[in-house]
Amino acid sequence: MGAPARYVAGRLAQGAVVIWAAFTVTFVILYLLPSDPVSIMLSQGGDSTGVSEEAESRLRAEFGLDQPVLVQYATALWRALHGDFGDSITLGGAVIGHILQALPQTVLLTAVTAVIAVAGGVGLAVAASATRSRTLRRVLTNLPSVAVSLPSFWVGMVLIQLFSFRLHLFPALGNGGFATLVLPAVTLAVPTGAVVAQVLYNNLSGALRQAFVEVLRAKGLSERRILLGHALRVAVLPALTLVGMNIAAMLAGAIVIETVFGRSGLGRLTEAAVSEQDIPLVQGVVVVSAAVFVLVNLVVDLLYPLVDPRISHRATAAS
Amino acid sequence: MTTDTLPAVAAVPRTRRGTLGAGFWISVALIALFLSWALFPALFTGHDPIASAPAQRLQAPGAAHPFGTDQLGRDLYARVVYGAGASIRATVVAVLVGMTAGTLIGLVSGFVGGWLDAVLMRVVDVLLAIPALLISLTIVTALGFGVVKVALAVGVAAIAGFARVMRAEVLRVRTSAFVEAALACGVRRRTIALRTVLPHAIGSVLVLAALEFGTAILAVSALSFLGFGAVPPNPEWGLLVADGRTFLASAWWLTTIPGLVIALAVTAANVISRTFKDRSEVHG
Repeated sequence: MGAPARYVAGRLAQGAVVIWAAFTVTFVILYLLPSDPVSIMLSQGGDSTGVSEEAESRLRAEFGLDQPVLVQYATALWRALHGDFGDSITLGGAVIGHILQALPQTVLLTAVTAVIAVAGGVGLAVAASATRSRTLRRVLTNLPSVAVSLPSFWVGMVLIQLFSFRLHLFPALGNGGFATLVLPAVTLAVPTGAVVAQVLYNNLSGALRQAFVEVLRAKGLSERRILLGHALRVAVLPALTLVGMNIAAMLAGAIVIETVFGRSGLGRLTEAAVSEQDIPLVQGVVVVSAAVFVLVNLVVDLLYPLVDPRISHRATAAS
Repeated sequence: MTTDTLPAVAAVPRTRRGTLGAGFWISVALIALFLSWALFPALFTGHDPIASAPAQRLQAPGAAHPFGTDQLGRDLYARVVYGAGASIRATVVAVLVGMTAGTLIGLVSGFVGGWLDAVLMRVVDVLLAIPALLISLTIVTALGFGVVKVALAVGVAAIAGFARVMRAEVLRVRTSAFVEAALACGVRRRTIALRTVLPHAIGSVLVLAALEFGTAILAVSALSFLGFGAVPPNPEWGLLVADGRTFLASAWWLTTIPGLVIALAVTAANVISRTFKDRSEVHG
């Protein structure tokens, strides 16, 4: 096996551990706390007095809840390995089916969000580095810290008020086409874009102090060419990693954002699953989110050498 | 690994070393104001936050109602002031839960070391890899709904971060001469951990607590916004924003003002946390 292949195998193993861990944590929380699917189902039916103990124990046996905990865990894990998280309590049908149906909308939203976050973050950092006005620079470098303090659901509503109701530029609600994607993606991009801007600004300041920049200046290159053509290329890589790391946060953020904008997707499904205390569905959503997170970060890692030729996975695998 | 608790970065104006900037004092004043709202709401408003007054429904902010009124004619300022009670109490509970449990785990992990440390830190790694909101929602699914349960859920999601910071500090303090001396003198290990190591390690934990206060306000209000926290007609900041959603087109103040209050509280907490951090770095 070559070095890159070994590197990928190592990363896949790490990713598998993260997904397994997400499964285990949710299993512990959801099944070991003093609530289980059957007691929640019965309490939702209204008066649980009407259900005979016999029927209740039959239900428990059906869910395997009469088994010892470790057996339950092993069974659930074995099934989850085959993509089977059981049936949704409230919606009926396999959990994995509901999730796969909702996933594309959210992946699309997350992808557009990532693009906006990178574009906005890079733009802000470059503007802050390029400006000669100290006041403007101070405003631009402090903007991210304000942005991460804003509640995302509120940002979404303010954008709806401005761009849907006042300016009539974008629709406020729904999943119909690209126009409905803009406002939710911008809202979801605010925290990630802020972090990207911050890290990138620091990296740019660092890169502009490096020796190669002096050489470029001596060669007579304009400051703009140095900033955009050379320093940015060195500085942008860690910012991309940040986006990869923030994918999980975006998926979680989509729970709130999809609710605000009335979009269907994984976030809306999660919100509904929690409100109905649909334990199998909640667990499925968390595990699938972890899997998406792992996959995206693997792809980001593999893209590194394309962006920065100084990095090769041969070197990282050997060290 | 980054979770949805993004590394908060506060807008602290650069000042001479040793003096605290105006931003810091404004932030302290804001937090003090919100805490007073939570503790003594009746001192700040004469309006009832729950009783409806249909004659005055959906009035824009003005002299009689500085924040306007909602669809039932309730004074929004009164609802924001009384809402601080639920929001801030839940936030404080969340931070205390996360800090207490996390500090204990970090202390034991760092002080005892060995396989216990290895196991505890692997669990912490796993928890840090899952976004806090997903952990909180999982706990809410298991526990059920309500302000206290939301506070617990947010607190549990914060444990891992506190444990990580505490352990790092304990490892740093453990190697210092006075701990070695105490060990050599035959002081009981538990006494050393609680009396000698803990006071020296707690500083970074308190910085994180201030930061976590802002994060927890956001998390609590997000969970309330989704409808898992406070129950109407009781006011709570996140719930107030959610309530105003129906009137986005006609009554901007119903969502904008409570959201601004949340943003101010979070920003203030972040500025305070950042100031503590900068100063502890200057002195340490």
